[in-house]
Amino acid sequence: MRDETVKLPLERAGDATERPISLAIVAMGGQGGGVLTGWIVKLAENAGWIAQSTSVPGVAQRTGATIYYVEMMRPQDGKSPILAQMPTPGDVDVVIASEFIEAGRSILRGIVTPDRTTLIASSHRSLAIAEKSAPGEGIADSSAVVDAIGVTAQRQIIYDMNALAVANGSVISSAMFGALAASGALPFSTEEYHAVIAEGGKGVAASIRTFDAAYARSQQTDEEAKEALEEPVLVQPLATPPTSPRAARLVERLEQGLRPQIATMARLGLSKVVDFQDAEYGAEYLDIVEDLFRLDTELGGEAHDFELTLAGAKYVANAMAYDDVVRVADLKTRAARRGRIADEIGLSDDTIFHTTEYMHPRMEEVVGLMPAGLGRWLQNREGLYGWLDRRVSKGRRVRTYSPGWFLMLYFVAGMRGMRRSSLRHQEEIDHRDAWLALVRDMATRNYALGVETVKCRRLIKGYSDTHARGLSKFARVTNEIERFAERDDAAEWAKRLRETAIRDGEGGDLDGLIKTIRSFE
Amino acid sequence: MAERSFAKEVEHLRLGEGEVFKGEAILAITKGLLQSGVSYVGGYQGSPISHLMDVLSDAQDILGELGVNFQSSASEATAAAMLSASVNYPLRGAVAWKSTVGTNVASDALANLASGGVTGGAMVIIGEDYGEGSSIMQERTHAFAMKSQMWLLDPRPDHARIVDLIEKGFQLSEASNTPVMLEVRVRTCHMHGSFVAKDNVRPEFSIDDALNNPTRELDRIVLPPAAYEHEQEKIKQRLPAAIDFIRDNKLNEWFGPEDGKVGIVVQGGMYNNVIRALQYLGLSDAYGNTRIPMYVMNVTYPMIDSEIEDFARDKDAVLMVEEGQPEYLEQSLNTVLRRKHHKARIFGKDVLPMGGDYSVAAIMEGLEQFLEATEPQLLGNRPPRPDASDVLAMPSVEKLKEVVPARPPGLCTGCPERPIFAAMKMVNEDLGEHHVSADIGCHLFSILPPFNIGNTTMGFGLGGASASAFSRSTGKRSIAVMGDGGFWHNGLTSGIGNAIYNKHDGVFLIVDNFYSSATGGQDILSSRAFNKSRNTNNPIDKAVRGIGAKWVREVDRTYDVGKMKEVLTEALTTEEEGPKIIIASSECMLNKQRREKPQIAAAVKSGKRVVKERFGVDEDVCTGDHACIRLSGCPSLSVKHLDDPLRDDPVAAIDNSCVGCGNCGEVSEAAVLCPSFYRADIIQNPTWWDRFKARASLALIGFLQRRRDRNRVLVEAV
Repeated sequence: MRDETVKLPLERAGDATERPISLAIVAMGGQGGGVLTGWIVKLAENAGWIAQSTSVPGVAQRTGATIYYVEMMRPQDGKSPILAQMPTPGDVDVVIASEFIEAGRSILRGIVTPDRTTLIASSHRSLAIAEKSAPGEGIADSSAVVDAIGVTAQRQIIYDMNALAVANGSVISSAMFGALAASGALPFSTEEYHAVIAEGGKGVAASIRTFDAAYARSQQTDEEAKEALEEPVLVQPLATPPTSPRAARLVERLEQGLRPQIATMARLGLSKVVDFQDAEYGAEYLDIVEDLFRLDTELGGEAHDFELTLAGAKYVANAMAYDDVVRVADLKTRAARRGRIADEIGLSDDTIFHTTEYMHPRMEEVVGLMPAGLGRWLQNREGLYGWLDRRVSKGRRVRTYSPGWFLMLYFVAGMRGMRRSSLRHQEEIDHRDAWLALVRDMATRNYALGVETVKCRRLIKGYSDTHARGLSKFARVTNEIERFAERDDAAEWAKRLRETAIRDGEGGDLDGLIKTIRSFE
Repeated sequence: MAERSFAKEVEHLRLGEGEVFKGEAILAITKGLLQSGVSYVGGYQGSPISHLMDVLSDAQDILGELGVNFQSSASEATAAAMLSASVNYPLRGAVAWKSTVGTNVASDALANLASGGVTGGAMVIIGEDYGEGSSIMQERTHAFAMKSQMWLLDPRPDHARIVDLIEKGFQLSEASNTPVMLEVRVRTCHMHGSFVAKDNVRPEFSIDDALNNPTRELDRIVLPPAAYEHEQEKIKQRLPAAIDFIRDNKLNEWFGPEDGKVGIVVQGGMYNNVIRALQYLGLSDAYGNTRIPMYVMNVTYPMIDSEIEDFARDKDAVLMVEEGQPEYLEQSLNTVLRRKHHKARIFGKDVLPMGGDYSVAAIMEGLEQFLEATEPQLLGNRPPRPDASDVLAMPSVEKLKEVVPARPPGLCTGCPERPIFAAMKMVNEDLGEHHVSADIGCHLFSILPPFNIGNTTMGFGLGGASASAFSRSTGKRSIAVMGDGGFWHNGLTSGIGNAIYNKHDGVFLIVDNFYSSATGGQDILSSRAFNKSRNTNNPIDKAVRGIGAKWVREVDRTYDVGKMKEVLTEALTTEEEGPKIIIASSECMLNKQRREKPQIAAAVKSGKRVVKERFGVDEDVCTGDHACIRLSGCPSLSVKHLDDPLRDDPVAAIDNSCVGCGNCGEVSEAAVLCPSFYRADIIQNPTWWDRFKARASLALIGFLQRRRDRNRVLVEAV
């Protein structure tokens, strides 16, 4: 227990300023913060201390952030201490956070201070809705929390307590209790901790196992823990030699024609493109990348680490492996996919599983599969097209692993052979070539702008409406890029445009930015 | 079936004389009621008082043994009116609710009750939902106590004190023929502590005694001229009687030295934090031995003038520590001291915050300013006090502010209300935005991300009523939302009845999840579970049709997003006149899981065929746009980074907490998003037929897969 006796050179201000031990538990609803709080109270009471806990559940119980607060102190001459009902910034001994960003939030509350606070936090993330719903990348930067913990906590115990708990068949509260015991912040023995868990009477064995594992892990450094867990990793060979002769020829061509720093990315791209269609399509990919590389070299790309080709190798592959019905059917019917799902659901010998896909094909997709000429003819017959669309466009529950549906998907996946003459392919190729032409044009004028133009391809993703929205964003952004290509800072604007476009309608205002840019003219 | 079961804890309610009770304050309060010999209890759930209702519900056996009648009241008004049983008979009764919202609803009955006065002790347990974590508007119950003249008890946060004041409160109520309110704040309700118990008391005068020998006194009824008499009675008899009782029984407390030039007057509920603040300033120890005289008002209304006078008589200054605004107590303190020409200066909201939580830090600052201005030498040489401002000013902490995302509450995993709002969002995309009158309940989370639907919320069950002004529309219609809880609380009459009568043209969406879910899953009239002590299974559609609704559509599986969308679209576009009422029903997933999980586990264990569903995302089909999340917000639907340099954005992923409700699949189908969602039906203990079918199809499938793989050229990625 702390002795906070204030030494005053004048007259003594008070008799005793010994204060209770204080703990704050920051958690999200349903993370067992209540259970942990109950255990800590019990722990103190069993030892003859007075303990008081408070919490504010309210609406916070539904996934919101919440805080539990415990104070404990010995009674004196039969008199109980008067315990506060909420943590005071700068005066909390232990903060336990059941999620990493919540540890950050507790720092912002001022309850983690370098003079006294032991911070026990699980390093796992449970993403907030804003992080999840952001189009593209929206996940908060955890390193900011790491930095802040470094300067605010007196001591820290941080690792993935959730994973440890799951591995031991229990929940995070047991792991955090173990970490608390290991921290030594409370003057109680491990046996006393065990006794509290045992009193609970539910899932005791798993809780104790988790507690002990957490206790041991809390005393290790991260490096020690890593060594204990992982088997020595063999040094990976630089690249796997291709297994088929056709693939070998492609890989050989790639390695001869491109610089090593580009070859790694291009190999990933090549793999994706061949997987999407065939070896011939892979050769087409290499044609494009090599073309770009030639241009890059002419433009003095060496000085830029061939950034243009590198970005090209990535986005050309994505452009060529577009998301069409054939690809979806192919991915859904592969053997590896079924294995992955079996792993995910933890399939055991005495269970079997089926899957049902939620698909909503529209006439657009059907036309896309048709030979270009026929497809266009049909597109121009509005009445007929609409009539057919009404028959095609509806939600379909596809029982993937029933013989009938599988054959159907298998058949669609098999239409790969006809893909290159399909309407969709024609459209994709036209779009791709127009984009690459623009890239060449921009790069010739301004290298950095060329690179940014390549990266605009990121805007196109998804299916149906999402895909259409992506195409329109791409068009708006590239149009603008062409307009202001002569500006010195064109590349910076292009980047801003692209990043705004990703978030357009969800916190980004593309039209607003375009207006702003035009106002400079 | 409530969210939290107190079945084990309620056994503590049987503790007898001298035994030590340890537990939550809510349970202690219940024990206090039983020790006081109540005949009837009731109330309406809502944080922070929900658990009290759950405890009472789980304690029905014990209540029965003691002859106590317990009701889950239909509303706070019902609960308040229930107290009228104490008007004519010496019956003690208590009701509970969340305040101030519940007190608002109850105030008509309370005003009548307080006017006529009571014979038996009548008490309202007030869950004062104020400050951090509160879910309602920030107001004070104090105003109600003053306007209707009901005594307001505000015990300091200590189980023994609270329990004692419950018993004393009933005596006070009887001694002054006035209903009393006992106020407990959020943190106190959920506070763990202990007290020495007494035996429970079986009421001497029973409800049967009252019913078998009814009595009436005309002058207790609020009708002229009795109503005028009541006011005089309040002033001339009841108030003085209450003051005498409070003083004689020392309900308020004094701490610290008798002498001192300055003193602190504090609301009971603020006591603990004031002591800690004093401790930081070196003016008290941890056991409450303060160096500054303190007068703790465990009764905040009425103020006892003589006690205040005695306390302030020889002092230069007093500080009033009073949470919330307006500063009723400070005003009253001024009146008392100024009327009697006492010299003591009065401090209060000039040094303490006008609104918001009275945290230790806030009180400490106020105390410091107060002492600075009146008796600075008490502060000694200013001992160091906790201060986090340096830490908060560090650049790496400053940076955190931009990084740490808000964590608004949201619908639970598998919530049946999610697909309703997903459908509404889609309909808005087709037909444009609509004005939406929202209501209190889980469905209010629709106003937050990712749905961002809902314009106003006016009070529990008032979603329908608050669309009243929009009853005549020539263009777009208004949508009013209310839950089944709000519907039975008052929405049937205030919303639906009103709309039918006034020929409202709008859409009325009733979200029926079989429970009063937001308050912890209590049963209500339309609950579909069997409840041995209540009458359930009374469908909402019968109620609305019974009062004249014509256009009524029921969606009995809200997860059917397509149907939901279709019905909403029809309601918004149909030519038919009058209110368009949609009843969207599916069981609250929290309750469903609680109900089904043990059954399923038992079935699996006993070897029965059980199909479990969960959803997944094909990560190579997902493109990382997250449109699905913007139409869902399900806690189990998250995003993850792939180890693939070709991909920029994290893809959607579903974790193990998925309960297989189907929302994500239905949404992606209805909104034509993408085909990456799949449902896995996991068959445990499959039959021989299951196995045979699976084996046969997998043989065919395996053959086909091998065939295709043979023809595939593979370029290994690395």
